[in-house]
Amino acid sequence: MAHWPLLSVLIWLPIVGAVLVLALGRDARVARWLSLLVALLTFVASLPLYIGYEAVAGGMQFAESHLWIGGLKAYYGLAVDGISVALIVLTTFTSVLVIIGSWGPINKRVSQYMAAMLVLEGMLIGIFAATDALLFYVFFEAMLIPMFIIIGVWGGPRRVYATLKFFIYTFLGSIFMLIALIYLHMKTGEFSLAAFAAAPLSATEQAWLFFGFLAGFAIKVPMWPVHTWLPDAHVEAPTGGSVILAAIMLKVGGYGFIRFSLPITPDASQEYAWVVIAMSLVAVVYIGYVALVQDDMKKLVAYSSVAHMAFVTLGIFISLALVREHANPDAARLGMQGAMVQMISHGFVSGAMFACIGVLYDRLHTRMIDEYGGVMNVMPWFGGFFILFSMANCGLPGTSGFVGEFMVILASFQSNPFIALVAAFTLIIGAAYTLWLVKRVIFGEVTNPKVAKFKDLDAREWIVLGSFAAAVLALGIYPKPLTDLMDSSVLQIVNALMLSKA
Amino acid sequence: MTIQFNPADLLVILPELVLLGATCAILLIDLFLKPSQRDITHWLSIVAIAVTSFLVWRGAPEVAQGVSAFNGMFKHDGISVVLKQFVLLTTGLSLFYARNYMRERSLLFGEFYLLILFATIGMMLLVSAGSLVIAYLGLELLALSSYALVALNRNSAISAEAAIKYFVLGALASGLLLYGMSMIYGATGTLDLAAISAQINQVEHRGWLAIGLVFIVSGVAFKLGAAPFHMWLPDVYHGAPTAITVFIGSAPKVAAFGLLYRLLEGGLGPMSEHWTPMLALLSVLSLAVGNLFAIAQSNLKRMLAYSTISHIGFMLLGFVGGSPAGYSAAMFYIISYTMTATVAFGIIALLARAGFECEEIDDFKGLNQRSPWYAAIMGISMFSLAGVPPLFGFFAKLLVLKSAIDAGFLWLAIVAIIFAIIGIYYYLRVVKVMYFDAAADDAAVPLPADLPLRWVISLNGLALVVLGLAWGPLFDWCNRAFGV
Repeated sequence: MAHWPLLSVLIWLPIVGAVLVLALGRDARVARWLSLLVALLTFVASLPLYIGYEAVAGGMQFAESHLWIGGLKAYYGLAVDGISVALIVLTTFTSVLVIIGSWGPINKRVSQYMAAMLVLEGMLIGIFAATDALLFYVFFEAMLIPMFIIIGVWGGPRRVYATLKFFIYTFLGSIFMLIALIYLHMKTGEFSLAAFAAAPLSATEQAWLFFGFLAGFAIKVPMWPVHTWLPDAHVEAPTGGSVILAAIMLKVGGYGFIRFSLPITPDASQEYAWVVIAMSLVAVVYIGYVALVQDDMKKLVAYSSVAHMAFVTLGIFISLALVREHANPDAARLGMQGAMVQMISHGFVSGAMFACIGVLYDRLHTRMIDEYGGVMNVMPWFGGFFILFSMANCGLPGTSGFVGEFMVILASFQSNPFIALVAAFTLIIGAAYTLWLVKRVIFGEVTNPKVAKFKDLDAREWIVLGSFAAAVLALGIYPKPLTDLMDSSVLQIVNALMLSKA
Repeated sequence: MTIQFNPADLLVILPELVLLGATCAILLIDLFLKPSQRDITHWLSIVAIAVTSFLVWRGAPEVAQGVSAFNGMFKHDGISVVLKQFVLLTTGLSLFYARNYMRERSLLFGEFYLLILFATIGMMLLVSAGSLVIAYLGLELLALSSYALVALNRNSAISAEAAIKYFVLGALASGLLLYGMSMIYGATGTLDLAAISAQINQVEHRGWLAIGLVFIVSGVAFKLGAAPFHMWLPDVYHGAPTAITVFIGSAPKVAAFGLLYRLLEGGLGPMSEHWTPMLALLSVLSLAVGNLFAIAQSNLKRMLAYSTISHIGFMLLGFVGGSPAGYSAAMFYIISYTMTATVAFGIIALLARAGFECEEIDDFKGLNQRSPWYAAIMGISMFSLAGVPPLFGFFAKLLVLKSAIDAGFLWLAIVAIIFAIIGIYYYLRVVKVMYFDAAADDAAVPLPADLPLRWVISLNGLALVVLGLAWGPLFDWCNRAFGV
């Protein structure tokens, strides 16, 4: 329907914009306004994607395909289904807020920071739109470069350690995935995901490929026990970096499971689903307890991200068990749908939480929970937002955090009530660590004289937190547009799971 | 067999003849120039290289299997065209990068240009070798010129030490190679590589062949700098003036690929089941030694030298399959490596100034503050060497890994990526120093006023991005050369 390549525009507009920002942004004000303009244009350009996507028809739309490397039959192939559309709009939305949020806090080498953010945005969109495995991989790896620079240049005191760990850890995982992709190319002679999904593979081959993909995506999600890079990266990253990392980059892992592991290695995924489910349950409970004892706010939210993302992996892999072992495709659909909603919701909630911590950090330059207390007395508006996002983080009904978790728990119940029981622990632990955080930071008496001098949100912070709050509430109260958008795509994935490949 | 001279053969070696003629002419002209007029020599050399490159392009054989001249001594085929073009290109780049550096150190002698041009002729002969003798002659012409180049700064003790090490070990390697060649000659009775390949299966004394093969592989491994024959490489890279390191680290690697291909596949191809395990072993050792030792270096030139060793190990992955697709991947790899290494060494030469070598990694501290553009170019080169997409170096790694996996060497591919991950650390360290650390003094780097140098190195750096996004044509070119 679209006569011009919308997806290419979405990928390249921010990247070209980044080059412009670098070239013209000697003056920090120019750099800020120009990057805001580029981010807004990209967001506006992503709206036709949402409006124009025919959710009822489902499937891959807005397809573009050009031969990239003839010798390898690699294509510059882009297309989106409902899941990708949701994630792309999440990306363009969050990027605008990140750029507004970085307006004041970032004041050294502004043009480079903004350019890195825009490049990152383009690459993330590329990941969600690629239908060719090589192209996917290129975006998947290339996004490490801007993130590496963002954490390393604008990060906290231990930024060098954190960013090296982040880069090498995630590179380690994805390079095993590269071997899996090369192997699949050898089997099929091309790189398109559709061909990979159609290729017949023996059980042994599938098992190896499954673990290759697992190495790549589990580190990205990140799943317990390969999550250790995340708290470091989050703590040291500047606020904008943390927001992008939590809101979007973590979603790449969950997205990868859906695009690679399930369609290409369905039988191995079924066989080893228990591994992923067990890892997810450990993350829900154990990481929840770890979050409880943190005295650094960012670390606390980082661990809570790991626990929440475990619901995504749980939802994805429980649906496999539901389809294959319980012949219950409806529940499977619910689980998968829940995983997707959880991804989007977590994008908003964790992004908002990190934005809130950024607001506090800009005032006191510490993230230690003890240093705060009684913020509500001096910053009532901020306190309100913080409480809202915290409620969403513990999954209070009416916020977006509830919808996804509830759907995943419902689905798991139909597979195994025990799994649902363990997963439901999150409601208690999540409430414990989040509400305790709220109690210590927002409520109580003002003990620190510096806190007493805090000013409430300025206009810029208002825009950022207000937008996040609107998204969290909208998704919590009326999630139907989102579920409708993804419904037929989820159905297709679930239907494909029924076919065995071996 | 009588040796016949066919005048048409001269046309086949026209590029080499023209370059030789131009070199002799430059030798004479330079004698009459004052040191202040050395720029004339510089530009004449660049013109000579450009004209030669044009002639190579014009003289590209139309038939796929290529043409040979002088009774098969000289082969001109698609492979030699690609290799010659990149030998000439990287040599030209090193001339651009060297001029300012050499002038500031009063090393810009006419001999510098002559030695480089003679080395280039040697490399062009080497990659076109159709017989053992031509391969050896081309190699020696290259090697002797290189020894002298390393020693060009005769007042520097470290350069002299490097040159002597290079000379002694290089002579040893040449000796090994020549000894191996004599064994092969003795066993087959011919020096012609095609004839050796044809007769090798009829040879009765397999033992001679085996010994000859081992000597040849060791000799070539010496020249390539593959572990465990790599000892000379860090010292030479470190000791040579940076501008010379740019040259030694780039074009000769392309030529050494040609030597490896001509001797092993061209001459000893039927024995590939014997030499592929040797190359696999060399590959693993080079990957391990190169990547592990590079971590410990504080001198950037030494670090890049160890990184070269690891890249040679990666390149050899393309050879272990013994298939044309693998050779094509290996050629793509060596081209990618040299294009990237010229940037890295070139930036060191660019930032060096009189009295300051800028070769310690710490000298790059805070480069992003002082000179963001060249920090970005250096960063691109480091990420490309590390094999991070979307840069050129990633796709080269992809292709050699793919060829190793296709050939059934999955374990080797996994070993290679494990070392590649280890290797990422030291490349990232350079980026870290440039971007994350504060400069010792905030003063802007006084960059040389040499505009061609700045333009060429910028284009060279951007080429790594462009070739990363659109590497299809180069890949097709390599594939066509090997008839894939």
